[in-house]
Amino acid sequence: MKPFSYDAPADVATAVRTVAADPSAAFLAGGTNLLDHLKLGIARPARLVDVTNLTSTEITERDGGLSIGAGVPNSDLAADPRVRSRYPALAEALLAGASGPLRNMATTGGNPLQRTRCVYFQDVTTPCNKRTPGSGCSAIGGYTRYHAILGASEHCVATHPSDLAVALAALDASVRVLGPQGERTIPFTELHRLPGDTPQRDTVLEHGELITAIDLPEPPAGRQRYRKVRDRASYAFALVSVAALLDVANGTVRDARIAFGGVAHKPWRAWQAEDVLRGAPATDATFRAAAGAELAQARPLPGNEFKVPLLTRTLVSVLRELS
Amino acid sequence: MTAIGKPLVRRDGTRKVTGAATYAYETPVGAPLFCHPVQATVARGRITAIHTADAEVLDGVLDVITFRTAERLASTEDRELAVLQDREVAFRGQVVGLVIARTSEIARHGAELVFATYAESAHDTELSADRDDLYAPEKVNPAFPTDTGTGDVDAAMASAEVAVERTYRTAMYHNNPLEPHATTALWDNDSLTLWDSTQGVHPSRKTIAKVFGLPAERVRVVCPYVGGGFGSKGLPHVNVVLAAMAARAHPGRPVKLALTRQQMFALAGYRTPTIQRMRLGATRDGSLTALALDVVEQTSRIKEFAEQTAVPARMMYAAPNRRTTHRLAALDVPVPSWMRAPGECPGMFGPEVAMDELAYELGLDPIELRVRNEPGVDPESGRPFSSRHLVECLREGARRFGWDGRDPRPGVRREDGWLTGTGVAASVYPSSSRAGTTALVRFSGGRYAVEIGAADLGTGAWTVLPQIAADALDVPVEEVDVALGDTAYPVAAVAGGSMGTATWGSAIVEAARAFRDKFGRDPDDGDEADATTGDNPAREKYAMYAFGAQFAEARVHADTGEIRVPRLLGVFAAGRIVNPRTARSQFLGGMTMGLSMALHEDSVLDPRFGHVVNHDLAEYHIAVNADAPDVQAHWLDEEDPHVNALGVKGIGEIGIVGTAAAVANAVFHATGARIRDLPITLDKVLPALP
Repeated sequence: MKPFSYDAPADVATAVRTVAADPSAAFLAGGTNLLDHLKLGIARPARLVDVTNLTSTEITERDGGLSIGAGVPNSDLAADPRVRSRYPALAEALLAGASGPLRNMATTGGNPLQRTRCVYFQDVTTPCNKRTPGSGCSAIGGYTRYHAILGASEHCVATHPSDLAVALAALDASVRVLGPQGERTIPFTELHRLPGDTPQRDTVLEHGELITAIDLPEPPAGRQRYRKVRDRASYAFALVSVAALLDVANGTVRDARIAFGGVAHKPWRAWQAEDVLRGAPATDATFRAAAGAELAQARPLPGNEFKVPLLTRTLVSVLRELS
Repeated sequence: MTAIGKPLVRRDGTRKVTGAATYAYETPVGAPLFCHPVQATVARGRITAIHTADAEVLDGVLDVITFRTAERLASTEDRELAVLQDREVAFRGQVVGLVIARTSEIARHGAELVFATYAESAHDTELSADRDDLYAPEKVNPAFPTDTGTGDVDAAMASAEVAVERTYRTAMYHNNPLEPHATTALWDNDSLTLWDSTQGVHPSRKTIAKVFGLPAERVRVVCPYVGGGFGSKGLPHVNVVLAAMAARAHPGRPVKLALTRQQMFALAGYRTPTIQRMRLGATRDGSLTALALDVVEQTSRIKEFAEQTAVPARMMYAAPNRRTTHRLAALDVPVPSWMRAPGECPGMFGPEVAMDELAYELGLDPIELRVRNEPGVDPESGRPFSSRHLVECLREGARRFGWDGRDPRPGVRREDGWLTGTGVAASVYPSSSRAGTTALVRFSGGRYAVEIGAADLGTGAWTVLPQIAADALDVPVEEVDVALGDTAYPVAAVAGGSMGTATWGSAIVEAARAFRDKFGRDPDDGDEADATTGDNPAREKYAMYAFGAQFAEARVHADTGEIRVPRLLGVFAAGRIVNPRTARSQFLGGMTMGLSMALHEDSVLDPRFGHVVNHDLAEYHIAVNADAPDVQAHWLDEEDPHVNALGVKGIGEIGIVGTAAAVANAVFHATGARIRDLPITLDKVLPALP
């Protein structure tokens, strides 16, 4: 672990200025991912700027929806009665993530910024373009069980590990960010990037930009569900996951919003599946067609071909349950 | 006032749950130094250069030991332990340097700054049954014949009315005790003290003394508590040698070394993957005519460990034509070693799934098939069993589990979207003990003290040994103290092979008898007597084993293939149970570990690099609480007059044996998918789902 200095500034603006001015600085919140990376030599910041006590820990009403302070712990967010009643998919996603002790530490602002769990990314003795650009992708031709089938490139096939982020992508959330240039708002579906030829960049955030809140619009009509498929019953990353919102009237889909986890470099909003669903009869055949439309672009790797039928079956299962 | 049989609480329980128990790394010592190993980043080659200057100049680093600067060890016979002696790299992750620093953080940072270059050689880490360099080891662990055979298996298979011939695979598994492999070491006045997390202080001392060329009495090993080991701490691994080496380089300064979780995947042993070609021939009524198991597994190029995977198949069922073989591939991989029930655990997977396959072929209940092939004597040695209550375990388990009326058809039950099924398998583990363990009994201050160099691996020795001593001395258990985990106490065998309680307990019984013979019932303060275990002559006459029956219920999600096991039930015949509370914990732990093997555990070795890539507990899955909602262990009141004076059989390992087969058989019953390679994961059952 490389030595680092530790700052605990008095306010968010100072924290942002400090990190923005120092290319070797990083924000520290719950630390559930960053501290591991320090020990493993993946992250080597010279300065940690602690924002744990600076960002809001409040959940407030806003424009018919909710605004969640970046400092809200995942366990508090999952337990909030407004979240549980109005955004059940979000509560389910939170409770499907990690373990109780980790959820107590992890924050709303930090969780979507956790980095991939690709075993090669996590091991500094193996090449990884995300960790060391230009060194190569070890996952291609290697252990691919948790890797992408959608939107990957020859440079990186890693997946984004957050469950919370998948639900937020389906819920049309947006992210409020404070940077050295001031505040901006980013639709959640545009926060994360596909790898392309710069897989080292997970998100569109610039160095020094800090997530201060996540805003949820008014909950959509219909029913919601987050379904995570994993190898063990708890404390495991998703092989695939589905966040789905479905509004059905008289056997016809009025609206659908769907996001996938565990299959891409970002929470994957399934726009094409949604298009197939809207206005179609709420039947297994439609659901399968929706999955097929989205997954026509799937490019599985040797070793994770099973994710295509698995995701198809999971989506059909969830939509059937919601209809 | 018999203490044996009482469910006494752990004597060390409060100390452990309150954090008062000191484990090896936490041994309070003044101003310790800390070590961090540097590991090879190639799987095979020679070090051409090793750059240590960047680490050496760090504030707080005392020195960096490499092959150039390390002391020459007195014995390099065990090449796993011959660390930093030459330039050669035999597996990825092998230790090539050691940084010693004032804090663990500085040591770790220093280790990151040590950079080695290598002349790489082509490496080979892929196990397969088709290799042309497989060889037969001279013996298999610990000293079984490599191959056995009687009759003509090929002819019997050819003429069998029903034949099952299948290949089964078990994965590479890593022991992951909660407490890592850790040592605090101090070299002082030409003597070495190791506070080491070990399953045997005396075996550890013997090994380390040899490696360093020291008389045994100049090495003291202390280990009051162990946070699990499962065999991985049965013998010292390289971390102990490194700690001792660092201590000798810094006399008078205690040094601490704990492997990280990732390092344990290369340096602390593991269970070899196995490929098991299993053949069963039978008559239509279910009598086995042929039974053969040919096993292929791996070892490391620098040190042979031949797991005895085919051994349980030699004694389990009667069949006139029999054959077992072991073949090894010596690869550029870390050194395999003991892991809970080596041999029996993987070695009952193939046979017990094959028995289920045969039962299905025959249209016979799998319990009934096993009952029909129950041998009267050990089929290969011809010796009678000292006790064998497998059938009773199967029957009692069936009753408790609700097996009667089971619909044998696979894939026809569905509840709330989950396909359900049940499975059964048998388990077995040898009942061993070892000669040469000594216990000492002393009367002092109105109490009895028992000293023995045993180790409490977390299994309850602190609690059960006083129970045994109390009964042997015929005094209340509250009046007995034991002292364990220190080479200052008499020599004791390793906590391994499920023989700790039997071996140590026998020594204690003999010492108690010697004490009473010498001093009667009214001893004086300071009176003491000791005794040493000898060979049990009954071992020549009887085959000695514990048996069990494992039952599992599996649920497989009809849409996603997710596999869950809501119920596991085991019934064991394992001799006299000294403490039902600690015994139950052991059975439950073994069964849960077997469930973990069935569904989760899989060390994924990437042949391009030669190391286990999922080397942490986020990626190497073990069963968590939610995976094991209902695990039940029961036992028969078995009396075995032959195994030892106590009638005690080991229970540490039998719980894991057979569990994975029971789960695999339940998954078949649920889905119709016969998964023959572990772990059973959803992608393997997905193609069979409706």
